[in-house]
Amino acid sequence: MRKTIYLDNGATTMLDPKVVEAMRPCFTEQYGNASSTHEYGRDAKDLLERSRGTIAKTINASPDEILFTSGGTESNNLAIKGVAYANQKKGKHLITTKVEHKCVMESCRWLESQGFKVTYLDVDSEGFVSPEALERAITKETVLFSVIHGNNEIGTIQDLAALGMVCKKHNVLFHTDACQSYTKTALDVKKQHLDLVTLNAHKLHGPKGVGALYVRRGVAISPWQHGGGHEKGNRGGTENIPGIVGFAVAAKLAMDEKHRKQMTKLRDKLIDNVLKIPGVTLNGPRGERRLCNNANFSFAGVEGEAIGGLLDAKGVCSSTGSACSAHSLEPSYVLLAIGLTHEQANGSLRLTLSRFTTEEEIDSTVKVLPEIVEKLRRISPFGKLIDKVLSKV
Amino acid sequence: MAYSQKLMDHFTNPRNAGEMPDAHAVGEEGNLKCGDVMRVFIKVEDDRLSDVTFQTYGCMAAIAASDMVCEIAKGKTLDEAMRMTPKDVINELGEMPPIKFHCSILGTQALQAAIKEYRKKQ
Ligand SMILES: Cc1ncc(COP(=O)(O)O)c(C=O)c1O
Ligand SMILES: [Zn+2]
Repeated sequence: MRKTIYLDNGATTMLDPKVVEAMRPCFTEQYGNASSTHEYGRDAKDLLERSRGTIAKTINASPDEILFTSGGTESNNLAIKGVAYANQKKGKHLITTKVEHKCVMESCRWLESQGFKVTYLDVDSEGFVSPEALERAITKETVLFSVIHGNNEIGTIQDLAALGMVCKKHNVLFHTDACQSYTKTALDVKKQHLDLVTLNAHKLHGPKGVGALYVRRGVAISPWQHGGGHEKGNRGGTENIPGIVGFAVAAKLAMDEKHRKQMTKLRDKLIDNVLKIPGVTLNGPRGERRLCNNANFSFAGVEGEAIGGLLDAKGVCSSTGSACSAHSLEPSYVLLAIGLTHEQANGSLRLTLSRFTTEEEIDSTVKVLPEIVEKLRRISPFGKLIDKVLSKV
Repeated sequence: MAYSQKLMDHFTNPRNAGEMPDAHAVGEEGNLKCGDVMRVFIKVEDDRLSDVTFQTYGCMAAIAASDMVCEIAKGKTLDEAMRMTPKDVINELGEMPPIKFHCSILGTQALQAAIKEYRKKQ
C-alpha cells in the first residue's frame, strides 16, 4: 500500500497517539460530570481545572481567564458578538480585516445586519495590516478590533504587539483568532496587549470540537449559549472533559521549540524547491513572519483544484483557494485581498505541514509536483486564449 | 467531495487532450474569473465529426467533462452533435457535486461553437 502524504494540516491534524491515550480514561473511568458533587464529579472537575491551568500557562494568562468552547468557530462568535453586545453603551463600531477566517467574517456580517457598523481593513501584498490604518479607522464608537494572528491561507503572522498598542492607546478591546498560530509562534496575552484570544485543539494534534477563549479579567462579554451556569455563566453546557483533557495535553506537547524548528526547515525546503518550477509565485511573506507550517503558491495557467486532484491521485493531500473548489464559485477573498487576480487565485495551492511531516514526504512532493503542473499546462489552452480572456477581465 | 470513479479516470487520464494543428474549426468557451476555459478542436468528414480534441484550463470536473464531450461527439453527424446537451455529458460522467454542473456545461458549448464556426466557413 502506498502511504498517503498529508499536507493539509491547516485544515486539521492527526491526533497525537499520546493525546488519544490521555483522553481514553475520560471515556471509560473518569466520565463524571464536572458539576456533580460526588467523587466522579470531583474527578472530572479536577481534570477540567488542571487542563484550564495548562492552557492558561501557554499564553501567560490566569486559569480564571480561560473558558472552554466547542472550537475556534464558537470562540470567535462568542468573542465578537459577546463583546459587541456587552459594550453597546460605549458604541456599535467594530474593526476587523479582509483576511479573516469565514467564521469571523460571518459573525461581523451578522452584526451588521443587527445594526452594528464594521470596518474591514485592507492588507498589503503579503497580508499584513498596518497599525496606522487601524489607528485611522478607530472612532469614539469603536469597541473591538479583531484580527487573525496566523493566516490560515497564506501564513502571514500579524504583529500583535504593535496592533495591541494602538488598541490600548485608544481603549479599544483587542481580539485575535490564534487557531493557526497557537504553539507555532509566540503568543503572550500580556506582551501583546490582548483582551481576547481564540484557540482550538484540532490544528495541533488535539481533538476536533474543542477550543478555548481567553477573556482578560474585567472584560465584559455577553454569553451566547445560555445554560446551567457552566464556565462562570459565559457558556452553558456540560464540559467536554475528554476533549478538554486532549486539548491541554496536545497544547503542552506542541509547545516544544524543536517542532517549530523542524517545520520551518521543511517548509523552506518545500518553498525553495517549488519556486524552481517556472511560472510559480509564493503567496504570503517569507521567513519569521510566516507560519512555520504554511506554504501557498500560485501556478500560472493551471487551476488549483486540478493540481490538487492529480496530487491526490499520487497520494498527496493539499488544498486550494480556487473558485472551483469553493461552494460559492468565487476564489478565496484572502487571495484577492492581497491583490491577486482571479486567475492567480484560481491557480493557488496550499501545502501545510505538521511536526509529523518528514523530509522524505517533502522530497516526494517536490518530485511529483513539476510533472503534474507540466501535464496540466500541456492540456491547457494557455497562450493565445488565456491572453485573450485576460484582456477581457 | 463526491466525484465518480469514471470522472476521476477521465480527469487523470484524458483520452482526447491536446491541440489539433490541422483542425477544421475551433470553439472556445468560459472565462478565467470562474476558473474554467475550454477550447474544442474538430475535424469533419462527410458531415460527421471524425476527430474531436480539447484543451482546458480548469478544475477536475471541467477537464473530465471536456474529455467526455470529445468521446461522445466523435462519429456523430453535425446535426446530432448540435443537439447534444450538458445533461448527456453529466449522465455519462456520473456523480459530481451539483455546484460542479456549471463547470461541465462549457465543453458542450465549446463543441457547438466549433461546429458553428465550421459551418460559417463552408
Ligand atoms: C484561523 C481559523 N479560525 C477559526 C477556525 C475554526 O475553528 P474550528 O474548526 O475549531 O471551529 C479555523 C479552522 O478551521 C481557522 O483556521
Ligand atoms: Zn470548475
